[in-house]
Formats: sequence, structure tokens, C-alpha cells
Amino acid sequence: MSLVFAGACSHAPGITGRAQRADPALREPFYANLARMRAALEAARPDALVVIGAEHFANFFMNNMPSLCVGMADSYEGPIEDAGWLGIQRHRVPGSPELSRRLIAAMMNEVDLAYAEEWKFDHGIMVPLHFLTPRYQLPVIPVNINCQGPPLIPLHRCWAFGRALRHACDAAPERIAVVATGGISHWPATPDSGKINEAWDRSFLERFLDNRKQELLAYTDAETHREAGQGGFEIRTFVALAGATEGSKAELWFYAPIPIFAVGCTVAVVNLAPLAPARSAA
Amino acid sequence: MSLYHVQKLLYQLNRDPLVRQQYEQGLDALLEGYELTAEERRAIREPDIGLLYVMGVNGQILMHYAALRGFEWDAYIQAMREGERRYGPVRTGLYVRAGGAP
Repeated sequence: MSLVFAGACSHAPGITGRAQRADPALREPFYANLARMRAALEAARPDALVVIGAEHFANFFMNNMPSLCVGMADSYEGPIEDAGWLGIQRHRVPGSPELSRRLIAAMMNEVDLAYAEEWKFDHGIMVPLHFLTPRYQLPVIPVNINCQGPPLIPLHRCWAFGRALRHACDAAPERIAVVATGGISHWPATPDSGKINEAWDRSFLERFLDNRKQELLAYTDAETHREAGQGGFEIRTFVALAGATEGSKAELWFYAPIPIFAVGCTVAVVNLAPLAPARSAA
Repeated sequence: MSLYHVQKLLYQLNRDPLVRQQYEQGLDALLEGYELTAEERRAIREPDIGLLYVMGVNGQILMHYAALRGFEWDAYIQAMREGERRYGPVRTGLYVRAGGAP
């Protein structure tokens, strides 16, 4: 089969943990579009959901930090955070180890990966699952891109990873969905929490929605840090998804800065076309 | 400079139930297991969340330690601001302000 669904959404812990403190006029349409995304995901009838996330020291630390890691476990648990703090109860999430193994082996022809047969989900994956697969029945395959402990993987390698993922999915008989989840500009867990550079976000989203490879890969980490904060490094998840959907345009279903959620809350869904031939980033 | 060890301790405390048990039995004994300066030990023990932030502890690690030590969200944010006021800008790591001091 191939990819049957691709989308992107935010995952900030405040989305569930500080839900009651948000302006309902912003919160409710955001939640409604996450519900719409869930309906679209379900309509695609996926056998498994690959979540490309950017974890926050749930499993990986600077003693042995993979740039890219893919889960290969029977099941996963999360959230690792206090359930009251995050507003999500602990769940066991099914994995798909045999499919994971095939995807990983296929991707290794193009990119170097770590894999993990143990993995605990933090808010970076649990918040999207809370909205998209709230019964926790759909098998999930987590992917982590290190966006926390520099040196970080370059954007063009995130794109290459996305393409490798797409090639692997296209070669698998299963129906596979992919959701990327990251912030755009944000300064989470700092004194500037709640600051959001909306203009930068919208400019980034234009490039993402149009799948403009050269423009997406043109960001430098220095610029991202200056304009989009340390949380902006999570654009790597969007870039990986854009690589996996090269040649396809996406639709923005929702974007609004919600300061108490500490991020510009985003829901975007790709209108999937066959993967475009590789193009040079030059 | 042992920011790595400060972060490692807090990471393990956040994630490892056995380290959490050790913490509950006595923080001083737990601290003995890590290469820390006197300033770092003090900041963890008190806790001085603002100083830990200024030292460069990643917020994705620090916010959970703050919650463990009873800081509600707004108090956590305020503690970091107070840390910058008392100790100056973040010294190293990802959280150094791109434009310098606020």
C-alpha cells in the first residue's frame, strides 16, 4: 500500500494540562479541528500510525542521544509525566513491532537510524494521541528526532529521513498514516513561555503547505533560535513530513497562537499525491 | 562545569522510580552520587529553580523538578524570572537568550 494519511499538529502539554486557562474562543475551534483530523485519520482506515515527534527527555539523554530513533516495541506506555499535570491518564498504546522492523530495515538503506524496543511516551506523543486515537487501539510507531540536545540533525537530513520513511511505507502492504508533531516558534518552559512569533510561524507554514523544499531547508539553527526560540528546533518534524510527502500540498485547518498553551496551535493535513522524484535542494 | 551532571540527576529523578525512591529517602545521599559543585548542590537542595535555570538546565527537565518540589506553573515561571534578575542571564546551553540578556 502506501501512505494513506499525513498531517501535522501541535503537542504542547498546556493543550491538555492547562486547558481550562485558555480562551474558549480559541481553544474550542482548535479542539474541533483536532477532532476533524481524527475523523480524517479514521476515514483513511490506517493499520498503523507513525508519529514523528520530538521528545523531551523521556527516554533519551545526552549520555547516548540518537538523532533519529524509531520504536520497535510491542507496546508503549504514557504519559510519563504526572497524569494530573498533563491532564491525560496513563495508557498502554499498542505497537506494531513486525511492521516497525520492516520499515526500519528498509529505511536503513537510505539513512542511519537508532531503534528502541522500549519507549515511554511523553506529552510530545500523548497529546496528539489523546485527540487523534483516544481509544488507544490503533498501533503506533514512534519516531523521535532529537530537537533538544545539540548538535542537532541538519534539516536536509530530516528531509532525507522523510523520504526514506515514505519509500519504506510505499513498499509495505499495510495502510500507514503519519502525523508529525512539533511546535513552530515557541519558548516553552522558559520565562518567555507564551511568547509566539506569529509572523514567523505563518511564513514557515506557507513554505510547509506548499512543500517548498529549498525554502524549508534554508533555515539555519541560528535564525530559528533567534526568531522562533529553542522550541523552534522542532520544525524538524514538519520538515521530515514534508520530505515524506514531497510534491504534495497541505491544507491548514487551524492556526492560532494560544499563549497559555505556549505555542501557535496548528492542525494541517496533506493532500497526498504520489511521491515526487528527488529534487536537489541547491 | 558540571551542568551535564546536574541535568543527568534531574533527568533520572524525573524518569527513574528507583532514583525517585532514593530522593525520598534522602536528597543528600542521592547528591553524593553525582559530580556537582557546591553551588549546584545548593541549587538542587533548596531548590533554587531560578539558579538552575540560569545555570542552563533544560526547561524540559527543570519544569518537572519544579513540579516535584511543589511549584505550580506560574510560580515556576516566576522563579526563572527571579533567577535571571538575581544571577544574570542564562550562562550556557540551549536557553541562552539569542539577543543576550532581556
